Amino acid sequence: MEFFLSILLSGISVGGQYALIAVGYTMVYGILRLINFAHGDVFMVAGLMMVYLSAWLPLYLSVPVVLLLTVALGFIIERVAYKPLRASPRMSVMISAIGVSYLLQNLALYITGGLPQMYPRLPLLSDSVTIGGATTRVVTLVTPFLVLLLVLALTQLIHHTKIGMAMRAVARDFETSQLMGIRINSVISVTFIIGSFLAGVGSMLYFSNYATVIPVSGSMPGLKAFVAAVFGGIGSVPGAVIGAFLIGICETLIKGSDYTVFSDAFTFALLILILAVKPTGLFGERTAQKV
Amino acid sequence: MSKEERLRRGQRITWLLVAALLLLVLVLENVIPPSRMLFPVLKKGAVYALVVVSMNLLNGFTGLFSLGQAGFMLVGAYTYAILTIPTALRDGVYYLYGRSAVHFSLPEMYARLLGSSGLGGAVSLTLGVLTALVCAGLSSALAAWLIGLSVLRLRSDYLGIATLGFGEIIRAIYQWDKLGPITNGANMLKSFPTFTSFNIKNTQGQIVLRLSTLVPLMLAGVCIGIMLLLINSSYGRAFKAIREDEVAAEAMGINLARHKMMAFCTSAFFAGVGGAMLAMYQNQVQAKAFTAAMTYEILLIVVLGGIGSVSGSCIASFLFIASSEWWLRFLDNALYIGGFKVPLLRNGFRLVVFSFIIMIVVLFFRQGLMGSRELPELIAGFWQRKHKAKAGEPHG
Repeated sequence: MEFFLSILLSGISVGGQYALIAVGYTMVYGILRLINFAHGDVFMVAGLMMVYLSAWLPLYLSVPVVLLLTVALGFIIERVAYKPLRASPRMSVMISAIGVSYLLQNLALYITGGLPQMYPRLPLLSDSVTIGGATTRVVTLVTPFLVLLLVLALTQLIHHTKIGMAMRAVARDFETSQLMGIRINSVISVTFIIGSFLAGVGSMLYFSNYATVIPVSGSMPGLKAFVAAVFGGIGSVPGAVIGAFLIGICETLIKGSDYTVFSDAFTFALLILILAVKPTGLFGERTAQKV
Repeated sequence: MSKEERLRRGQRITWLLVAALLLLVLVLENVIPPSRMLFPVLKKGAVYALVVVSMNLLNGFTGLFSLGQAGFMLVGAYTYAILTIPTALRDGVYYLYGRSAVHFSLPEMYARLLGSSGLGGAVSLTLGVLTALVCAGLSSALAAWLIGLSVLRLRSDYLGIATLGFGEIIRAIYQWDKLGPITNGANMLKSFPTFTSFNIKNTQGQIVLRLSTLVPLMLAGVCIGIMLLLINSSYGRAFKAIREDEVAAEAMGINLARHKMMAFCTSAFFAGVGGAMLAMYQNQVQAKAFTAAMTYEILLIVVLGGIGSVSGSCIASFLFIASSEWWLRFLDNALYIGGFKVPLLRNGFRLVVFSFIIMIVVLFFRQGLMGSRELPELIAGFWQRKHKAKAGEPHG
């Protein structure tokens, strides 16, 4: 029972961290129809920046600075690597995304020298608590609530503000919304800013749990978050969150069993199953393909 | 000269160039000491050229955005290793699992027929390795066929992520310890015949003729040649039609499902052979090396060479490997000029420079080295310009 509880707790927490990344994927895909392969690496870079900044800034300053820099990074990536290719075939943009991911990983490898970097202890978050006999960290308990809070705020933003309305319009029809006078470039930038901000928050929660950052620590969570986004129906924020929690819980269950090797493979098996059975995901909208 | 004649001449010159280069490699290998950096670069370059062309066949010529290449290479590499490790050495390789579940080795089976020493030994080694390479390709193609049944209906980016997922699943299966007696779990497979096994030795064990660089180049060359024949056949034209416009292609009577599956399996076949050759180059194989990052790297070489150009892929592979293993190595070491330490140079800088080059190509030179042209066309174009210049002189 205690074992099960602790697995469930950490599953929910991992799921929450994936959810924060998945929202970035699903929003970008909803608007640009682009799998932003670099998103997982933005998440990793946020972790690294925290490692380096917390060494010479007090914590209450380094947290907002890291979030600010992560947002700036997401913004710059979009402006430099994706915007010039807006009129090109989708494959070129995806290749560009893979290129950015390769660049960020190699930069991280160069800066860290390939050594795992210890993530700083965040006060409160890194403390351990005992619930029902299962010992865990505070971050595990905080994560689901923080995620729900952020996602609620985000859905309010999407449904009740002007920029949210513009985002929905652009996601529905890129060209028509441009003709209607929506500045799509700023809408896209806002999307990337929100996505990167959430990835930054997610990285603080995730790395408080895992303690070390390496250059490839973003790629697997990134891919899993993308699967979560597909599972929930790409373009749908609540769908991505539910998908992420589900994947997080299943993955921790598998890690606790004899089939640990398959914990990553399971996620992809789930992806293929969904694509074969219900490609629109749980909450995705059915769209007809125009010829 | 008509355009066709020029093109034919361009082709002839290209073949002559390739033959001359192979001859040069054979001579160099037996003259220059084998410790020189040139030889590993050529070997690895050949392996990569094969894999990159196989990916280009799929992504460049058929327009299917597939990211499963590392997975198919893994299948090929393991099939090759499992079929060729000598029986006497198997217990050593599989020591963690007691013994191997496979009790034969292809070169030894041929050796039983042809004798294991002298010419018989050489022939049985060659036949054994070739059979194992074909089996490697076939096993990857089979895996691709099974995967293709479910994923080839998907469109661009979904296909990419699904094939990437299958690559990860294949990697997990090969690392599963229940399959340990066959795949050796997460441990490496080694002791199988490698490129150096092809060096011809005399009875005293001294090397008479070195072939260890020529063999991979020839193998890759033959495989790429077969792919070129496919691309220039009616199937190849159907692939290109699918790339340009699926709906139009279907309307012209091209069976989409069949042709996509064919391109997918052919690409996987050669990726499997390439994976087996990579295992031969590295002298060992371990599932954990075949990650998504490897696929990304191969894809980026395709982009560097030009999407839809076989010769571009080959040239880019050799350039990429030569720069990363040899020419740009200096970027990874601290450099002092007089008493001044050149800034930035330290371990890992090479890869950063590489990534920037790739991003510049992706953003500003989208054609890559060759665009969708081939070497014979370039040579023909060169001829034409020269011709024009000559014809233009008297008037000017």
